[in-house]
Amino acid sequence: MLTYILRRLAAAIPTLFVIVTISFFLMRVAPGGPFDLEQPLEAKVMENLRRIYKLDQPLFQQYLTYLSALLRGDFGPSFYFRDFSIAELLAQGLPVSMRLGACALLLALVIGGPLGALAAFRQNGAADHAVIGFATAGITIPNFVVAPVLQIVFGLTLAWLPVGGWNGGAFRNTVLPIVTLALPQIAVIARMTRAAMIETLRANHIRTLRAQGLSTTTIALHAARGAALPVVSYLGPAAASLLTGSVVVETIFGIPGIGRYFVEGALNRDYTLVMGTVVVVAIFVLLFNLVVDVLYALLDPRVRLE
Amino acid sequence: MSDLAACPTPPIGRSLWQDARIRLLRNRAAVASLIVLALMTLACLVGPLLTGHPYDRVYQDYVRVPASLSAYPKAEALPAAVQRIASRIRATPSEIVVDATRIKLVLTAQRPIDQHLLVYFDRSDQFGTPVITANEQEGRRLSLDVPIKRQYFLFGTDSNGRDLLTRTLIAGRVSLAIGLLATGVALVIGVAYGATAGYLGGRIDMVMMRIVDVLYSLPFIFFVILLVVFFGRNFILMFLAVGAIEWLDMARIVRGQALSIRRQDYVLAAEALGVSTGGILRRHVIPNTLGPVIVYVTLLVPKVILLESFLSFLGLGVQEPMTSWGVLISDGARAIQATPWMLIFPAAFLVTTLFSLNFLGDGLRDALDPKDR
Repeated sequence: MLTYILRRLAAAIPTLFVIVTISFFLMRVAPGGPFDLEQPLEAKVMENLRRIYKLDQPLFQQYLTYLSALLRGDFGPSFYFRDFSIAELLAQGLPVSMRLGACALLLALVIGGPLGALAAFRQNGAADHAVIGFATAGITIPNFVVAPVLQIVFGLTLAWLPVGGWNGGAFRNTVLPIVTLALPQIAVIARMTRAAMIETLRANHIRTLRAQGLSTTTIALHAARGAALPVVSYLGPAAASLLTGSVVVETIFGIPGIGRYFVEGALNRDYTLVMGTVVVVAIFVLLFNLVVDVLYALLDPRVRLE
Repeated sequence: MSDLAACPTPPIGRSLWQDARIRLLRNRAAVASLIVLALMTLACLVGPLLTGHPYDRVYQDYVRVPASLSAYPKAEALPAAVQRIASRIRATPSEIVVDATRIKLVLTAQRPIDQHLLVYFDRSDQFGTPVITANEQEGRRLSLDVPIKRQYFLFGTDSNGRDLLTRTLIAGRVSLAIGLLATGVALVIGVAYGATAGYLGGRIDMVMMRIVDVLYSLPFIFFVILLVVFFGRNFILMFLAVGAIEWLDMARIVRGQALSIRRQDYVLAAEALGVSTGGILRRHVIPNTLGPVIVYVTLLVPKVILLESFLSFLGLGVQEPMTSWGVLISDGARAIQATPWMLIFPAAFLVTTLFSLNFLGDGLRDALDPKDR
């Protein structure tokens, strides 16, 4: 197991290298630069700025400089948010985004799993149809439609929760963003649990339990382990789509997370900010996929990690 | 031979596709979805020609009017509209008589009325060319007969005064086109890649799927945003980028299928007959992977449409005056309180389409699944 984890970590390094290289050159061949304002700067000022940020060097030289800095854990200064280094910006944004994502994923598992199991036990019943309808709605209604509706209903009409803002991470401020993020994931997890559960309920060991006259709760608990496998393998893509969703949710609710930094950074050609976010997100996704694979092997003894 | 002749007409076998079609047609949700999708496509293709409004025509007098089945201008809004125009002509309206298609009124002023100014009636979106029926007091008192221009805004208008029905239908064209084109790109890349990897197998397969694994762990949505931000908001580039992301799943599905197909007897027979690798791929491997591929395609189209609307929401999608459902929805979401119809109608169209595609995909999966007879 340990050697497997170490091998996977070693394999992640070339992947990260590819990611860094692609995004670095992709950004640089694109037109525009970080200091292009509506009114162009004076030529001399521009020249000085470019020299300070080493933008006047050949592209490959810049790439090597960035790469060696990255190896030392230095993300460089931000081009757009003057007086901030990328490390500082990420230190502010990352905990916020991680907390939102983790809470949303947890909520999705806690609600989606039981919903799917319920639907499987009542297959083709009213409860089943209700869950499927809800799940399809959750997948098809985009979160930038859900978010304003929630804001109107709970923020303005009922006035229970704040419409937006982060407010230092107060619980009241996190409820609506987390629910918005979690809804599509609840839907997907409910659907997957239902399908897996139906399959598992037909298996021999469950039939034996039924024949022995055990209670539904006991049967459900035994079936849950088998049904959890596809859901666990979905957690990797789920984490990735939570990151995607967070871009929208952070924009709508005005939350200072890394999704917003990324979009702002890309729009303002803040090269180092974009690179920093891409690297951090990639590391995150790689690590999460590894955790999911290990978890899968722990749950299913048939799977061997080699 | 005599045995054969004695045998009555043999039972007619059903191919996989005939069987699937029968099973699909028995699934009511899938058939309803098919009909809805056909109607939606027809509406988006033909509808904009029938609404009577170009999608980019701005009606300055009808900014943000609510959806209504009856015609604009509303009778109660007419006196105010007349008042506004009269004041620009520097005259006072009186004796206003409104009937279904015309409005009669008398304009009075201190000085003779400049008849060129009557063009203000023409310029408004509510009235036609006025006809002077009587000219009294040396032009200080004009009796006018003005035709009313009847306009229907079934879905209301947007914040620039453009007809929302026409825009929703035009947006449907764009969204559906992006969905289909991007899925097409993903289909071609994914099927070719997956079939090649699965059929060739061995070391080539390992290397090719290893590349897919590496690509999987890239934060792709970030790359799409990068592409779109840096290389302009280009329609073609966008669906290429989206298609280039979504082929990975397709490649995995097709590879799994191809791995089992290459061991089938008919493939071995073709190999023994000396058919080239490309020929076997085209004739035997790819057609037999189509079942799961079709299912995946119907589920991929809604995914792509959602992705496009997500990019449009960030302002990176289709640019004005062109529009897509994502653009309309994000405009509507920003003004949800004042003008809810700007969100409701495009969102309803989008959600209906996505619902239908999902139900159709589920139905196809059930119909093509040989285990589930």
